[in-house]
Amino acid sequence: MIYKSLKRIYIGLILLFLYAPIITLIVLSFNASKTRSKWGGFTFDWYIELFQNEEIMSALGNTLIVALLSALIATIFGLIGCVAMQQLGRKGRSLITGITNIPMLNAEIVTGISLMLLFLSIGNILGKIGVRFQLGFMTVLISHITFNIPYAILSILPRMKQLNPSVYEAALDLGATKFTAFRKVVLPDLLPGISSGFLMAFTMSIDDFIITHFTKGPGFDTLSTKIYTELRKGIKPEMYALSTIIFVVVFILLLLVNHTPKEPNKKR
Amino acid sequence: MKKLFVLLLTSVLVLSSFTACGKEDGGNKLYVYNWGEYIDPAVLEMFEEETGIQVIYDEFETNESMYSKISAGASLYDLVCPSDYMISKMITEDLLQPINWDHVPNRIYIGEDYWEMSKGFDEEGQYALPYCWGTVGILYNTTLVSEPIDEWADLWDPQYTDEVLMQDSVRDAFMVALIKNGHSCNSQTTEELELAKQELINQKPIVQAYVVDQVRDKMIGGEAAIGVIYSGEAIYTQRENPDLEYVIPKEGSNLWIDSWVIPKNARNVENAEKFLDFLCRPDIALLNFDYITYSTPNVSAREMIEDEEIRNSEIAFPTLSNYNLEVYKYLGEETETIYNNFWKQVKAY
Amino acid sequence: MNKKKLSNHLLSTPFYLWIGAFIVIPLFMIFYYGFTDKTGAFTLENITAMAEPWHFKALMISVVLSVISTIICFLLAYPLAYILSQMKVNSHQYVVFMFILPMWMNFLLRTLAWQTLIEKTGVINGFLTALGLPALRIINTNYAIVLGMVYNYLPFMILPLYNTLAKIDPSVVNAARDLGANSFITFKRIIFPLSIPGIISGITMVFVPSLTTFVISNILGGSKILLIGNVIEQEFTVACNWHLGSGLSIVLMMFIVVNMVLSMIFDKDGEANAL
Repeated sequence: MIYKSLKRIYIGLILLFLYAPIITLIVLSFNASKTRSKWGGFTFDWYIELFQNEEIMSALGNTLIVALLSALIATIFGLIGCVAMQQLGRKGRSLITGITNIPMLNAEIVTGISLMLLFLSIGNILGKIGVRFQLGFMTVLISHITFNIPYAILSILPRMKQLNPSVYEAALDLGATKFTAFRKVVLPDLLPGISSGFLMAFTMSIDDFIITHFTKGPGFDTLSTKIYTELRKGIKPEMYALSTIIFVVVFILLLLVNHTPKEPNKKR
Repeated sequence: MKKLFVLLLTSVLVLSSFTACGKEDGGNKLYVYNWGEYIDPAVLEMFEEETGIQVIYDEFETNESMYSKISAGASLYDLVCPSDYMISKMITEDLLQPINWDHVPNRIYIGEDYWEMSKGFDEEGQYALPYCWGTVGILYNTTLVSEPIDEWADLWDPQYTDEVLMQDSVRDAFMVALIKNGHSCNSQTTEELELAKQELINQKPIVQAYVVDQVRDKMIGGEAAIGVIYSGEAIYTQRENPDLEYVIPKEGSNLWIDSWVIPKNARNVENAEKFLDFLCRPDIALLNFDYITYSTPNVSAREMIEDEEIRNSEIAFPTLSNYNLEVYKYLGEETETIYNNFWKQVKAY
Repeated sequence: MNKKKLSNHLLSTPFYLWIGAFIVIPLFMIFYYGFTDKTGAFTLENITAMAEPWHFKALMISVVLSVISTIICFLLAYPLAYILSQMKVNSHQYVVFMFILPMWMNFLLRTLAWQTLIEKTGVINGFLTALGLPALRIINTNYAIVLGMVYNYLPFMILPLYNTLAKIDPSVVNAARDLGANSFITFKRIIFPLSIPGIISGITMVFVPSLTTFVISNILGGSKILLIGNVIEQEFTVACNWHLGSGLSIVLMMFIVVNMVLSMIFDKDGEANAL
């Protein structure tokens, strides 16, 4: 019994450690004083001002669009990659896995810088033929897709390996086209992997700062880069309000999902 | 899982469509790159309303970080606001284009002294429109120090261990050490720089943190007793925390002037000029001054300041002859590398 | 047969093009800049620059701090993952989410929140002084940086560990018990070896970002402690010396290659990474 409560306490302590700063942020979002270090009384004002703050709203929009698109495209690429890898030999497969893993294993700063260098030289080449090129939404999106691909692959590949190829062949034998066979037989089995890959990619994209920092251009900010700019002169309390809202929304989603009766989902 | 997925997707879609709808893509734009918190957002709004030009506004932290973005060539801004020595560097490297002064008639409101000051880095007065100016000094918390601070050497006083905030930018940090040693803040001699480097290394145990704009927040919060800061922050910080006092150290200091310039690869030059003209309007300059509290070179705007104390403040508008002030000069690529390397050694020590 | 090949190519070509264009070529760019100087001539100077005392010191501090952080993360996460894997949780996702959820709050904001918590006039010190206890003085020191690293990357250790531990077939463990092994031996002989892929990928996911961070040292270290990530970042954003920055990045990559080789040896299938 003591052992059990020790376990509980341990989990509790780790969760406290993980959530302490988040609680701090939530508290700060109700702080009437603009400076972080003073408590100026309770207020809801920042929540109201948040929705009037166009800059933060557009940064939020950018963050979500980039995260959504990059996660979606990266998942598709990841799926294609996994299928393509099945047709390769052992060596080819580990080569491709190695390459796609680079953005995940490499230092973020190196990935960010290497992409920046690429975009800048593309810009130089285009500049010579008279095309104006500028860092911005597209370059950030491309970078996010690139670093999201390994997360998608890592979630899909293990599922792919568990597939029973004879089911797919059976479907073909029964007259299904390749596409139908894939869609009806293979895809459902891959779906948990695909969705967790998507979710992981989405999360990584939302949380990314370093790569965005190096590949973004004028007038394009995600929440991360916006916050980084604000860090210096003091974060605007609206930002705390926004994070609180995001946190609460995600938390509620999580609770909803876990309290609805479970769908007959196979164990991962 | 599936449900969460669908829920998540829909909420994201709804949110992004909601946030994206405000952005309309008109062709009439102006890309501005300025220091953090260096303009009143209301000024931007008024400009947008009056002219219909959409301002895309970004902020930078140090001259150096701004330079690296601009010189890389893939960030196309129409207006940038660097300091003196950086403008000189950008002129040398052919990164700027001359401003057509005929399109900026309101420039007459800028005081003659400031145009003179500009000539130090923009000899023929072609490139730069003065925006803000000031000194670098020490901000200290009277309740946390034993006696008033009045010289740079106080930043080396061991009794303030862990109470000093230094500037995290090469030139400002070296300026403090160079002037403390009685040298010019534009020193190019390796011995003087070596000495300054050693001083900064000696100072490191006393320093709480190297920060740029965070000095403001930390000083207001009482996190540190002494901080190196730009004079423009003094009024703001004193408003928030009356215990704070700003002083220009008696050894002397740096006098700086930030000016608007138009990069060579700007695409909306006409809009940029309209914006400059708008900023020079005394009422706008005044509005802006009230918000950012950095000294304005706009003489008419200064006369319109209602608070007499501020209008005649020795902090906001110091009598220059009373202090030993020196403007930074661009020292050439070689010396710059020495500064950068030495600074890296200080930070790594 | 040819048609099949063609359609396969149609499918996989964009993928290969993409990874070629945005993973392989950028790497070559880094190597190009790293091995040339401003005039474009070949040089090794940017690589050997790592041996200069200040760079080397930054690298050493980074290595030491990230090793410490990785060890702490491991020591904290392993028991946790083990406990979690033993628990009858109503759904796998629930556990994962509890530990991914903090990542939805922006990483910079969370780190800044730590600053608010531990600074001299911060929240924790407020409590401590109210209780009459001595104040905590860790802000702007190595301790604060380690704290920041452990905090930010702990979930990356927990998840792979949990994944591998949860996958261990209980019957294997039961079999060991039946054969007379006590819990310590069962752990040592069965559970621990089976969790090695998770450990390796957890270590990678914590060590690499800790080694290369520049944000944590800025926010929690007051820029007083220069990590190798800061040096590289400064070369690109302040000193404008892309060649030196690239050269140092190449050296940094060596660590990552070592890490990759290790993970290839221990985690052949890359299974543990699946989060």
